[in-house]
This record gives sequence, structure tokens and C-alpha cells, in this order.
Amino acid sequence: MKLSHEEVEHIALLARLGSSEEELERFREQLSHILESFEVLQQVDTADVPPTAQSVDLQDVVRADEVSPSLPHSQIMANAPQQEAGCFRVRAVLE
Amino acid sequence: MSYETVIGLEVHAQLLTKSKMFCRCSADYASAPPNTHVCPVCLGMPGVLPTVNQQAVEYAVMTALALNCTIPESTKFDRKNYPYPDLMKGYQISQYDAPLSRDGWITIEADGARRVGITRVHLEEDTAKLLHRTADGKPYSLVDVNRAGVPLMEIVAEPDLRSPEEARQYLIKMRSILQYLGVSTGNMEEGSFRCDANISIRPQGSADYLSKVEVKNMNSFKAVHRALAYEAERQREVLEGGGRLVQETRGWVEERGVTVSQRSKEYAHDYRYFPEPDLTPLALSRAWVEELRSRLPELPDAKRERFVNDYGLPLFSATLLTGSKAAADYFEACLKDGAAEPKRVKAVFDWIFGDFSRLLNATDTEIDSSKLSPQHLVELLDLVDRGALSGPAAKAVFEEMFHTGGRAADIVARHDLAQISDALQVGEVVDQVIASNGQAVADFKAGKEPALTFLVGQVMRATKGRTNPKVANELLREKLAG
Repeated sequence: MKLSHEEVEHIALLARLGSSEEELERFREQLSHILESFEVLQQVDTADVPPTAQSVDLQDVVRADEVSPSLPHSQIMANAPQQEAGCFRVRAVLE
Repeated sequence: MSYETVIGLEVHAQLLTKSKMFCRCSADYASAPPNTHVCPVCLGMPGVLPTVNQQAVEYAVMTALALNCTIPESTKFDRKNYPYPDLMKGYQISQYDAPLSRDGWITIEADGARRVGITRVHLEEDTAKLLHRTADGKPYSLVDVNRAGVPLMEIVAEPDLRSPEEARQYLIKMRSILQYLGVSTGNMEEGSFRCDANISIRPQGSADYLSKVEVKNMNSFKAVHRALAYEAERQREVLEGGGRLVQETRGWVEERGVTVSQRSKEYAHDYRYFPEPDLTPLALSRAWVEELRSRLPELPDAKRERFVNDYGLPLFSATLLTGSKAAADYFEACLKDGAAEPKRVKAVFDWIFGDFSRLLNATDTEIDSSKLSPQHLVELLDLVDRGALSGPAAKAVFEEMFHTGGRAADIVARHDLAQISDALQVGEVVDQVIASNGQAVADFKAGKEPALTFLVGQVMRATKGRTNPKVANELLREKLAG
């Protein structure tokens, strides 16, 4: 399956990735190859295999409702390039 | 042409767990400084492993059972992908195609009882809080992650509602069920109980759905009612003006009383859901579900029916009373000792929805955190029943009890408010009133009965409401007849 240029642009937008025309074309080819590999997998007959959301054979991993201390505020903010009033400062969120 | 309004509501309720949905940070962030209830899991740092909070699952299943839903044998979580600064991970952990319940209903009161279908109840996580600021004319935003990861329960209803009033009734009922279950505060103003609405109109009798509009940003029951009424009317005007309705998201602007389009590329509804690989599926064993069912408390409809049967309350009063679990509990606490005589039942109800409600509203207090305990109210009612306190004096005592938490007998003694029933004492006042109200006396003697009411009022006034009106009435008749 070949992805179209528009599809790659849409995926880049959803992932908020800015890409040049040249990059979009390169990703188009690479992503198309990945999809082709999955097309090979899709040839396997899975009629008798129940669908699963998991590859590990685990179930019901839960925890009790208990509180532990959070990280110190200074560590939470340690990687933030811009801060204000104890918050992360980011570009305006357009509504 | 007449149109029918079709409304479907989506409620998001924060669950009252101690810790967050997928980590052990405290979920009680209301008064916490920004970003102090945060850990690597809430921040979506690489390599962290979220773990499901068992209590949140229990609360959601209890809610689903209370809403008459079917609980499947197993459920799983999914990632809902969208880039927005309130999502630290770039996705929200939610539930897509295997929610923890489906197909329920609740009853609302609208021209008689009516069922409204519940599509599903599922679990997800709340997002971070964004604060919008401006500096030097340039807008920017601040992010507080404390709220991110707080357990959020989404309740989706079928488009069964037909008017803004029905939508309001639905929300009131839903909130009261959550409060009865003790799973959410249901506080809409504080954002722990939120509502989005889908609304469309169609020609009466048609079964088609025209373009539906999603309305957001409604922060009170009143706002929901106003926004939906506005939107139905707006859609009707567009159609009648020959225009076409488009499917879109609109935000309610409270100050202006209008909805405005939120069309924006920021809302690319392409969530690319896929199963959350960090969380295992959950088995919902029949034994566990049945155990939770057996632990469900008495719900509003059942309590209302019992109040009608046990206390002889009119249906309307019982509905009003059981709409708030706290009020219903208070009411019952006042009646728990001894038989609930009809007179006492009515008195308790009248106090709760009269002066008590007024004072609670005025002081922004909840009934269950009032200083005036049910026991103290009962003491006051006993004084009134014994004739030790007149009606107006009881009101004054009640008000002081409300503000100070004092006991009725102490307040009565301190302010010398005890009712005057003594014939000699009342007689003196009656004589004075007769002497100084010649016209009313003449009227009464001429057969004008209302003049007596006036004279009793004068006696009450002269004694600051402390006189037993029955005694005053008898004495006046006696003296004026002679």
C-alpha cells in the first residue's frame, strides 16, 4: 500500500511534526514500506485466533487506592524551559 | 413548521478516590499549589508504568449498576491520541471499544416518570488545567498538572431527551445518584461534575437526525438549560431562514448568553485509538459484580418511595427532599426517635425547606455541615409543641441556633423568649390593646370578624411575638363579649 502525500501531511499534523517537502516524501516512502510489511502479516489466517489487546499474558494488575508523596516541585519543573507562578509556561493555546 | 428538539448528554464526573487513576499522587488537588501533586507518571515521562486504581474501577462499576447497565466479563483501556497542552503524554488513557459497562437507563420526572437510556459508563483520566494569560498584548498559557490523572468517569446517554428542562431533570437525577453512591461530589461549579450536550432539531414526527451540534462550557444546571434553549432556537432560525446546519462544536458564553462556533484545526477528531499496552485487561468477575450490587445504598427513587409510604409525604415533597441525600438524611435523623406523627413530619419538612434552606443558601453552607444538628432542631420542635415558644419566637431562636450552634432552651432563657400563656399576664396586654384600638373594637362588635385578627396581632406586637396567640384570641373574645 502506498501512502499519498496528503496522508503523510495529515499524520504529521496529528503528531504536531513540522516537516519539509523533502522530508514528507522520504517519510512517505518509509511509512509505505512499513505498511507493506504489515500487509504480509495480514495474509496469515487468523480466523480461529481470538482478538487480543495484549501480547503479555497478564490480567488484573491493579493497586489499592493509597497516596504516596509526589515529586518535589523543583524536580517537576526541572526540565521546563519556561515557568511562571509554579506552572509550565507554554505558547498560547488557541481555542 | 414545528420542530422537535433532540438532546443527548455526556457527563464527566471526578471520582472521590484518595489517589489518582494510574499513580499514587493525591487526587485532592483543590487547594494545592500548582504542580505539587505530580510525579513522573502524571508527567508522562518515558519509561513509567501506570497502574489501575482498584477503587476507581469499583466506583465506576457501582455507578454502572445503579444506572441499570450491563457489566461485561472483561474490560480494557485504550489510548485516545490528540496533541494538546493539557495532555502531558499526547494521549489520554480512556476506554474505546470495551468499556466497563453498556446499555442502562435512569428515570426522570418529566410529565410523569420516563426512562432515559444510558449508552455506556467508562473510566478515563482527567487532563491538566490550562490558565490563559496575556503579557505585552501577547497571549500565552500556563499548565498546572495537579488535575491530570484524577479518575474521571464518563457517562454517555442516548439522545432521548426532548427539551432543555428534561436535560436539567436528567442532570439533577444523575448528580443525586452519584452523591447517594458517594462516588463523586457532583459539584458542577468546581468542575468535578461536567456536562457536554449534543443537540439537534428535526421536524415534528420525523425520525431523522439533522446535523447535531456539540455544546460545551456549561458550568451550572442553569447554564445547561439556557445554552440548550438558546441553541434549539438558533437552529430553528437557521432552518427557517433557509440556511443549512453544520455539524460543529459550539461553546456557551455565559456573559453574553450565546453559543459560538469553536471550529478550529486544533480539534482534528482523529484520535487513532489503540489498546493501552501499559495496562492489562481487567476481568470483572460475576461474584465481584454481585458483591458490589449487594452493597449499593438505597438510591433516590427507592428512598422517595419509602418516604411517601413511611412518612406519608406528598410525592412532590418526597421528590424535593430525596433530591439531596444530605437533606434526606437530616430529615430522617430528626424523626428517628419515636413515632413520626404527621404533624411532626410536616414541621420538620417545613423547617428544612423554609428558614433552614434560606439560611443555608445565604451562608453558602451544606446542610450536613450546619452547626444546627438534627437533635437540636428536635429540641426546638419539642418546645414549640409544648407551647413554650410562639411561632415568631421560634423563628428567632432557630436563626440564633443556626448561627451559633446553641441549644433552643438556653437561647430562650437568655433572651427571655418564653411564650406568655399566663392568662393574667396576657390579660393586662389585652386590656391595653382594647383601650387603644377603639375602631377595631367597634368593628368587631359590629360583627366584623377580621378585626379580631388585627387585635390579636396588636397583642403579639406589644409582646414582641411572645404571647400565645390562642390565649390572646380567647381572652379578647371573652372581654369583648362582656
